[in-house]
Amino acid sequence: MSRDSVIEARSLNLTFATNDGPVHALSDVNLTINKGDFVSFIGPSGCGKTTFLRALAALEKPTSGTIRVNGLTPDEARQKRAYGYVFQHAGLYPWRTIAGNIKLPLEIMGFSKSEQLRRTDEVLRLVELEDFSKKYPWQLSGGMQQRASIARALAFDAELLLMDEPFGALDEIVRDHLNEQLLELWQRTDKTICFVTHSIPEAVYLSTKIVVMSPRPGRISDVIESPLLAERPLEIRDSPEFIEIAQRVREGLRAGHGSE
Amino acid sequence: MRRSFFPIIFVIAGLLAIWYAAVVPMNIKMALTAAERNGFVVTPVGAKERRDRSAMLLVVQNTFAIKETFALERPRLPAPHQVAAELWDSTINKKITSKRSLVFHGWITLSSTLLGFAIGTGLGILLAIGIVYNRAMDMSVMPWAIASQTIPILAIAPMIIVVFNSVGLQGIFPKAIISAYLSFFPVVVGMVKGLRSPDQMHLDLLKTYNASSTAGFWKLRLPSSMPYLFASLKIGIAASLVGAIVGELPTGAVRGLGARLLSGSYYGQTIQIWSALLGAALLAATLVALISLVQRLTLNRMGML
Repeated sequence: MSRDSVIEARSLNLTFATNDGPVHALSDVNLTINKGDFVSFIGPSGCGKTTFLRALAALEKPTSGTIRVNGLTPDEARQKRAYGYVFQHAGLYPWRTIAGNIKLPLEIMGFSKSEQLRRTDEVLRLVELEDFSKKYPWQLSGGMQQRASIARALAFDAELLLMDEPFGALDEIVRDHLNEQLLELWQRTDKTICFVTHSIPEAVYLSTKIVVMSPRPGRISDVIESPLLAERPLEIRDSPEFIEIAQRVREGLRAGHGSE
Repeated sequence: MRRSFFPIIFVIAGLLAIWYAAVVPMNIKMALTAAERNGFVVTPVGAKERRDRSAMLLVVQNTFAIKETFALERPRLPAPHQVAAELWDSTINKKITSKRSLVFHGWITLSSTLLGFAIGTGLGILLAIGIVYNRAMDMSVMPWAIASQTIPILAIAPMIIVVFNSVGLQGIFPKAIISAYLSFFPVVVGMVKGLRSPDQMHLDLLKTYNASSTAGFWKLRLPSSMPYLFASLKIGIAASLVGAIVGELPTGAVRGLGARLLSGSYYGQTIQIWSALLGAALLAATLVALISLVQRLTLNRMGML
């Protein structure tokens, strides 16, 4: 295991027992993610990308194989609060204001009152929601809610950010904007980000590494190291390099489907 | 408020109309007997003759007596204005310390209602927490709670009163226990549902924070359960009042709304019975309205309204 690797998965298998027999959500997954990587997991539904993320977060238990997060098991990493998790839906608590929602992990982790305030202000500024701290979630648009949920995951300053299709339910314009913001945030904070998506442009635009997955059984069919520079204006999506990588992702996805 | 004014007036007017219409046939035989005694000519003559006649027919044959059916001293069914007058007389015109004051009796019943409601709500919440957090309680408590509600309260109330009396407890406490017996159940059912209402994502989120189950209770499960709790409290408070009144019946209590009902039925004071009933209904409506108000304030504060 190299010095810089944050996540190491070796011969990982995960099988769900269902009424219709076992479902192989993950089959022989091997992957190394280094510190500071922005890794996207892309693939059709049922390919195990969300399951892999949940296994990293110790929300699912692998059937066999090992995962190490900072050299620890996922459950130890969870107990050390090593990661922030952003769900598909914002999942803000409706009875808490935006600031209150961001404070939630800080309260649970026992930060002092003044530290809670300082961190809440800081991450609210980071996601540009400082004027909405006293609003309730239902008073905000979907995109703003999702930004608040990202702020909540950032508040306790975990090195690792796990994001499960955070922008999946948003329209394209809002999505572009949030992608830009997320990239900027990642560059500024030097976090390692695992990002699940089913949008090819989103994956190519954001990532330093793209993991293409295919279903039944869920497995990795291609890992693409992106040659794009860290500095990425939205226009980069029209450049030949970008289109070339997108092409390779598309081929990887098609190859995965070929087995059906 | 203004929008609901006319529908409410309309429904009340409808109910009053039905009530007044029912008073005439219900009381006609009594009214005719009284009229005959006072020298009026009644068709047919003699109470015995009239006994098996249909009330409607008697009304048609003796239209002069309709007026009398609204003014009997001990009518079978008192007219609304008689009940209203009695209600007014026994609340406004009597000192509230008087045994003839409905406010006095209402307070007696209210105090055991509130005590019982507090006990029942507390017990209900504790049982619900036990059911949600403890597997053994989850499997075992609910059948007992349901069974407890299938026992007619009228059957068990006298036993509760007698048992407590034998250990020297009298007054509002045994009645409060009956209130609690009726009111804990809706709270258990509502709170179990409410404490289990957070969705999986909210629970997973706390797991990623490595939150303790205490934190999960205070920060997620309890706030999520509030709307369910208030729905249960509204049912619970009305049940508590019924429990307190029922608790006053079997022992021949001399104080409380139940005692008013009882003494009214001993002496055939139907107007007194109806005014006590109406008083109890108004009290229940007020209590439910108060809980609605607390609900509005609480949920508003929580940003959930």
